[in-house]
Amino acid sequence: MRRVVITGMGAVSPYGKGLHIFFESLIEGKSAITSLSNLADIKGLRSWVAGLVNGIDPKEIPRKYRRSMSSMSIYAAMACREALDQARLNEEQCTGGQMGVAIGSTIGSTLTTQEFFNNLLSTGSLEQMKSTVFFKIMNHSCAANVSQLLGITGRTLSPSAACSTSCQAIGYGYEMIAFGKQDFMLCGGTDEYHPLFTGTFDILNAASVNRDRDGVVCSEGSGILLLESLDSAEKRGANILGEIIGFATVSDPTNIANPDMASIKRCMQLALNDADIKPEEIDYVNAHATSTKQGDIAESEAISELFRDGTPVSSFKGHLGHTMAASGALESIALVEMINRGCLIPTLNLENIDDACSNICHICELQATNIRTAIKNNFALGGINSSLVIRRYKDD
Amino acid sequence: MTDQQIIDLINTSLGEEFELEKEDMKPEALLFDDLELDSLDIVDLVVVLEKAFQFKIREEDSIQEIRTLGDIHRFVINKKKQLNKQ
Repeated sequence: MRRVVITGMGAVSPYGKGLHIFFESLIEGKSAITSLSNLADIKGLRSWVAGLVNGIDPKEIPRKYRRSMSSMSIYAAMACREALDQARLNEEQCTGGQMGVAIGSTIGSTLTTQEFFNNLLSTGSLEQMKSTVFFKIMNHSCAANVSQLLGITGRTLSPSAACSTSCQAIGYGYEMIAFGKQDFMLCGGTDEYHPLFTGTFDILNAASVNRDRDGVVCSEGSGILLLESLDSAEKRGANILGEIIGFATVSDPTNIANPDMASIKRCMQLALNDADIKPEEIDYVNAHATSTKQGDIAESEAISELFRDGTPVSSFKGHLGHTMAASGALESIALVEMINRGCLIPTLNLENIDDACSNICHICELQATNIRTAIKNNFALGGINSSLVIRRYKDD
Repeated sequence: MTDQQIIDLINTSLGEEFELEKEDMKPEALLFDDLELDSLDIVDLVVVLEKAFQFKIREEDSIQEIRTLGDIHRFVINKKKQLNKQ
C-alpha cells in the first residue's frame, strides 16, 4: 500500500473565493451566515439565514465549459484550479491519465431542476429546453464538468452521500492512490444553496451541543484536496501539506435520519484501525456537529467512549453553517491548516453547552496547540457515517 | 419587422446567448470556425431563435445548410416572409 499525501487545496466558501480568506476568517471567528429576506416569502420555511458564496466571477471559466455547469460545478472548478496551482502540477500530470477525480454533491442542481419543471408544467412543452440542462442535473455533474474543464483522462467518480459526500470522496481517492490505481486524485465536494435543504433539516426538527440550539444553518461552497502518492510527491519535490493515514465509512441502518452512537464509534474505530493507530494517539477531533440534538449527543458520547479524556473537540459549522456535500472537504482543509499552523479553532457561538454533550473537551477559544494526528467526522442523512484520519507529514 | 430589425434581433439574441463580441458578428463569420460554436450550441441556437421570433424551425431541413451568421439572417428573413404570406 502506498502512502498518500495532500499537496494542494482549494476552497470556495461562504467567506468567498480562495484558501486565504477561508482560513483567515475561521481564525478571526467570523460568521459566514447572512440573513436572506427573500426566504421569508416561502410559506413553512422557518429559517431565513444561510451561508452563500459571493464575490466570484463565473466568467473565469470559458463559456464552452461553463454552459453545462450550475453554481456547484463552478465552485468545484474554481477550487480545483486553486488546488492544482498550489500543487504546481504540469499539464501532462493533469491530462496524462495518472490523475482522477472524486467529487460529489448532495444532488444535482436543484435550481436547474426547478426551472426545468416550472417550464415543462406551465407550457406542457420541451421546446424551450436547452441542450445543457441535463448536464447540470445529473448526479455526477460536478465531477464530469471538472474533468471536462481540466482535460482529466483518469477515473472520474462522484460519491453522493449528503453530508458524508466529500469525506467519502477523500477516502475513496486515498484508497485509489494507496492501491496504485492513480497517482493524483482531486477529491472533495460541492453544493449550491436551495431552500430545500433548510426545509429538510427544519422538518426533521433539527435542534446542537449548544443548549440553546435553534437548528441547522445551510450553506454552499466547495472544498477540494489534491491527493498524491508520497512517491510522486517526493520525486517532484512537492510541498507536502499533510498525510491521509486512515479512512472508514459505514452504513447505520438503525434510522435513516438520526445517527446512532454505536455506529459512529464503530466508524471512528475502523478509521483508526485503517491508520493502524490507537485512540490515544488522536490529538484532536473535528466533529461533524450538525446541530441536530440526536446527532450531537450521539457523536459526543462516541467521542467520549473512544478517546482519552481531555481530547480537544471542535466544529466549524458555527462559522460556516452546514456546507452539505462540501463540508467534509472544507473542514478537512481547515484541519490541515490547523495542523500546519499549530492552532485549534474553537466552535463559534458555543456558549451554553448541553449537559448531554458536556462529556467531551469542547474548544471554546482559539488555542496555540501542536497537533500531530486528528480525526475528521462526517455523518449523513441516510445513515452514512464516515471518518478520516489526517496526520502532520513527517518524513519517516 | 424590417430586415434590419430582424438582423439586429438575431445578433442581440445570439450575442447574449453565446457571449459573442459585436466586432466578430460579421455576416460572413462561420459559426463553427469563426464564432467557435459547436453542435450543442446549434441546438440552443434554434431554441433562442424560436423564442425570439415566436416560430418553429427545428424540423426544417434548410437549417442543415446554414454555415454563416449571414445564412441565419437570410433564413430568418425568408421564414418571416413565408409566415406573413400565410
